[in-house]
Amino acid sequence: MEELVKKYANKLFSAGLAEETGPLSPIVGGLDDTLVWNRTGPEIKVLEQVFQGLNINSLVFLRPRAPYEQIIRYLSQKALDTHGLIEPKDCETRTFLHDLPVINRFSPDKIVGALKKRKSVIMAVPKEGPEFSGIAIIAHGTVSPEQGFVVASSVCFACFVKFFADYLEDLQLGRASKNSNDLFDSLPPDIFLGQPGLPDLAKGPFSTEEQLYAAIVQAGRKTVEYGLVDSYFGNISYCRNNILYISQTGSSLDELEGCIDPVCLDGSSSAGLTASSELTAHIQTIAQTGCRAILHGHPKFSVILSMACDPAEKAACRHREHCHTRCPQKRAIGRIPIVPGEVGTGPTGLCNTLPPAFGTSNHAIVYGHGVFTLGMNDFSQAFATLLEVESTCRNAYWDKVRRLRNHCS
Amino acid sequence: MILSRFHYIENTMYGWTGNILHINLTTRNFSVETPDSDFYGKYMGGKGMGGYYLRQCATLPFDHPDMVVCLFTGPLVATIAPTSGRAHLVSKSPLTGLVGDASLGGKLPTQLKRAGWDGMVITGKSPYPIGIEIINHQVNFCRADHLWGLDTQQVHERLTPGKAGLASIGPAAENGVRFASVTVDLHHAAGRSGLGLCFAVKQLKYLLVKGQGHTRVKDAKGLKEAREEIFRLTAASPALMGQYGFSSLGTGAVYDLIDSRRMMPTDNFKGTWFKHAPKLNAAAYSKTYAPEKYGCRGCHILCKRIARPKGLDPMAMPEYETMSHFTALIGSRDMELVVAANDRCSRYGMDTISAAATLACRREITGKDFTRQSLLSLLDDMALNRGEGKELNKGALAYARTMGHPESAMAVKAMELPAYDPRGAYGMALGYALSTRGGCHLRAYPISHEIFRKPVATDRFSFSGKARIIKIAEDFNAVVDSLTACKFIFFAAGLEEYAKAYTAVTGEKSAAQDLISVGERIYYNERIINSLNGFDARDDDLPPRFFNEPGTGGNQIKVAPIDRVQFLAAREKYYRIRGLDISGNPLEEKARALGLEWKNL
Repeated sequence: MEELVKKYANKLFSAGLAEETGPLSPIVGGLDDTLVWNRTGPEIKVLEQVFQGLNINSLVFLRPRAPYEQIIRYLSQKALDTHGLIEPKDCETRTFLHDLPVINRFSPDKIVGALKKRKSVIMAVPKEGPEFSGIAIIAHGTVSPEQGFVVASSVCFACFVKFFADYLEDLQLGRASKNSNDLFDSLPPDIFLGQPGLPDLAKGPFSTEEQLYAAIVQAGRKTVEYGLVDSYFGNISYCRNNILYISQTGSSLDELEGCIDPVCLDGSSSAGLTASSELTAHIQTIAQTGCRAILHGHPKFSVILSMACDPAEKAACRHREHCHTRCPQKRAIGRIPIVPGEVGTGPTGLCNTLPPAFGTSNHAIVYGHGVFTLGMNDFSQAFATLLEVESTCRNAYWDKVRRLRNHCS
Repeated sequence: MILSRFHYIENTMYGWTGNILHINLTTRNFSVETPDSDFYGKYMGGKGMGGYYLRQCATLPFDHPDMVVCLFTGPLVATIAPTSGRAHLVSKSPLTGLVGDASLGGKLPTQLKRAGWDGMVITGKSPYPIGIEIINHQVNFCRADHLWGLDTQQVHERLTPGKAGLASIGPAAENGVRFASVTVDLHHAAGRSGLGLCFAVKQLKYLLVKGQGHTRVKDAKGLKEAREEIFRLTAASPALMGQYGFSSLGTGAVYDLIDSRRMMPTDNFKGTWFKHAPKLNAAAYSKTYAPEKYGCRGCHILCKRIARPKGLDPMAMPEYETMSHFTALIGSRDMELVVAANDRCSRYGMDTISAAATLACRREITGKDFTRQSLLSLLDDMALNRGEGKELNKGALAYARTMGHPESAMAVKAMELPAYDPRGAYGMALGYALSTRGGCHLRAYPISHEIFRKPVATDRFSFSGKARIIKIAEDFNAVVDSLTACKFIFFAAGLEEYAKAYTAVTGEKSAAQDLISVGERIYYNERIINSLNGFDARDDDLPPRFFNEPGTGGNQIKVAPIDRVQFLAAREKYYRIRGLDISGNPLEEKARALGLEWKNL
């Protein structure tokens, strides 16, 4: 347990979500028969009482770094002014987190009350008391500190996407507030900067299993390093000799060693039972396009822009509450197709909605979810396309905002 | 004959009917109990309520007239909450002497709830074979002499239940098989613990229920929202709805996975990998039998498979455990034999896991391999209590002791182990040892995180953190069995979503962690019942083989013997976390804190 609490504290830092050391660095606790923490801190007294109030085995206390801190502070204040919930519309939140409760007191009772119902709670505590004030995310787990890491990281992602998606919509509707304009202007400019150059990925086609496993591991790690996916999400596959090698469900793209399932495409084995939720979408895409490599990330501006819609059209659309599954428009950002679809199977599942998008393109964005890109021989092309899609979306977002701001002023 | 005494109270509750049926088979009479709402909040339904009534007679032998057989639905049954068409059967196990219980599906639970009953408590012994027929509030006792001796399929054919739910026993229970099961709606079973024998000692041949009522739901909109959230999570689950998941291939989908993880029990747990597995997997069954999807009432996963061979009756395909134990465990590669053995066990009303594991034990002790004929013949002998079957039908431990080789019984507390080798998953090792019903994988179900990676993956070759994980999971699954829902759906959804459904149905505000607290009470009650019967740390253990012999490694996976020191340390941690003393016995202070009575101890 000691090892795990340190590991996930470090992962929060390396994901750019937290400070590495000092009083703002993450606190991660793990409980078997005794409680262990990755570090000491004044917050622990309250967090220990949270452990006592819940049937859990782990807790993550994350003070998010900029820009997440400012964004979550802004959204939290809005939530506290209304019903105490942040309600992002991205796919991961909709599917796994539902909504994000916010409280303004660092009290064990309040925290326990929120965590009894949900996987996380956001603290937005004005200056009072000695233990803590400011913004923090608390998330718990029942089997591993990894759950708290995943949830805290998802909360950051969801809030980031929500702020930028809402801001664009508010500008379109002419209702952006001074606070939101101020926040946007105060955010570090590197949010809108692209990554320098492409990584040197292994060249395919790969003739041995060892080569392709290494190539998958390398591409997964680089996708995380370039910020094109949060560690836990996304998936990746490579097809060779009628076997699809695909990342396992719930695997981290930067830790894929031992987490790749070989799935026989002739249906002779079900050993791929633990393969990614998007296995069927991968298989159908490969069958349709003849590609070998598929890379799926969650680059933020691609996700944000996929949710942008003309407000007037949206107001008139009878499916406006179900854009993610029933959007009737054939949508695109430039030449990048956007498709609806939910995680996994089912009539509105990605396995049905995604493959048709590859009829005319080697990339596609899934509404509020992420980007899929293809490579004919290896991951170089898929990676380059993923980066390019994000760059295009980031620039397009920035252009839209600039135009709308100029128009308003 | 109708002995209807009408004390039924019209329902004013949401979720529950407010009525519990008490049947005395000695007098062939019944009465109605209408507990207060505190009782429902405290024990919820299913396993919780069954455990409450079992506690009242905990120290009686399983065949005592005052021993209860309880069948309880839960608050979600007969609503649109996914996979809630289940109930829990509880009595004292003839196989183990422990709490004996099993979750059951089909349509019976829904019918029982729609008939207006949260559940029933059966006591007494009928002087002749009897059936209980319930049509809404009316209870009939029917002589069943003409059905005694018939197998479960024949009973079904004779009674033609139509829309009614039917639970019946077969010859195995009538002939005293300690692991006799109860067959429900032809293709489902309350398989483990020997609950069929609990029916038989009361001369209860069958239970038939038909209802036309509805479960009252407080907040239909909230329930619909919860249902959509659960569906969305299910669709995202590769294990349930994926191309190779339960919905596509049945539970047999697990066969390849467990073998590839090197934890398929082979040759009576001497090995953990079966070289013939690729030809005996779910895909092979699909190709050979082209089975159709089938499932319990109210379930969209449909994990069962029914084959319809030309000219023969429809036949349930074997579940994963049966596929594995009737091949790898007994050293057979005969798929037809698996199907035939499964069908025979189903007709006799006999648990396939215990039956196969006992035969594997026999194979190890005698050194005799099975032919198709010899194996089926031994199943007949077990069920009909003749020849060698007279010893085999007492279970692996009793048989092995009789043969002078108790070490060959791969059982915990006399219940035979299912098809996950504990050397390949240490949470499973701990879960088996600590389970309140003996060698059972479902109490803590650690396969979820150790193999299926849900909610996240844990290190399957480590005891680190596992003591608390097992404790929490036991509480969690006690809730699931009390709601009553199917455990499979929790590979995808969580109590977060089911608490929302519970609140919407019952109107009782509750969150996931509140439900787990109820589960903790329910599970601790079982520890008390077992303790009252003399079980303690000496019984919370695994067969020595797992500590002394390695499994079959390969594919860069090493399957070492379990480190006994680490195992015992983890077990000791569990006792502290669960609130037990160092010998695994319950503590008065803890019991009272959970709102449980202590006076019986």
